[in-house]
Amino acid sequence: MRTAGEHQEARLAPAPSPDELALVEALRRREEAAFVELVESYGAGLLRLALTFVRTRAVAEEVVQETWLGVLKGIDRFEGRSSLRTWIFRILTNVAKTRAVREGRTVPFADLESETEEGPLLDPSRFVRTGEPWEGHWQWFPGPWGEPEERLLASEARGVIAAVIEALPPGQRAVVTLRDVEGWNSEETCNALAISETNQRVLLHRARTKVRLALEAYLTEVAGGGHGRDS
Amino acid sequence: MDETADFTCSELVAVASDYIEGRLPPSERVRLESHLAECEGCTTYLEQMRRTITLIGELRREHVPPEALERLLGVFRTWKHAG
Repeated sequence: MRTAGEHQEARLAPAPSPDELALVEALRRREEAAFVELVESYGAGLLRLALTFVRTRAVAEEVVQETWLGVLKGIDRFEGRSSLRTWIFRILTNVAKTRAVREGRTVPFADLESETEEGPLLDPSRFVRTGEPWEGHWQWFPGPWGEPEERLLASEARGVIAAVIEALPPGQRAVVTLRDVEGWNSEETCNALAISETNQRVLLHRARTKVRLALEAYLTEVAGGGHGRDS
Repeated sequence: MDETADFTCSELVAVASDYIEGRLPPSERVRLESHLAECEGCTTYLEQMRRTITLIGELRREHVPPEALERLLGVFRTWKHAG
């Protein structure tokens, strides 16, 4: 069952783009510019993903470095069965898991069950209680958000989002990082993290809902007081 | 009973991400959209969810620090000269 699913995922993995194939060829010719281009493209994302596996930035940077070494050592054997990007991030996932085990940490994603089955994300009191007319409907509507247009507010909002994402359980953090920060599609994300499509959807939903909730607390406040304001 | 009663706001909240992803079965999507047409609160909620996703995407603007790039170039050059 699981093997069949993984096989299917592997077939669904997007093939390398022509640009990627050109980069692979250049890297095989040991061209430094190709390596720099890859690092510029994926370096920040790799570090972000590494931080979902290990706690300190220093260790995450080591994981990223080991990943690039793995990329270089493996590039001659890259078969193009997935996109180059997926392949690189998959190497990072493997390096980071090995590192986590060596450090005696529990392997991240080992506990996806509990991450996908946490309790309700929104306070149940926001909805009309069971048995009453309009049960399950908003007790009060979500308040409008202010526009964090000024640069200071926009950067504060980014700070709020970064902090929430950092505090998420590892699976949720990894999925929202790849999907919404890096802009990956769900197939690529499932492949890089070796998780099922169902888990990916649930983890993404939970992560997004939590980030929205934090922004609600922040932006409703910024808008000038939330409920009861008259403008 | 009103027409929206078969899809509640708390149900919509529970599938908001799947809806935005286009992953809901067609029948459920139709029910959700007919609820949405009459529910200001859920319309706001979905707008805010979409805005959340856009704002998360803005975290991407980041560069590899020069010292990290230098260190990685060292790795590259060692690899290159090793064969």
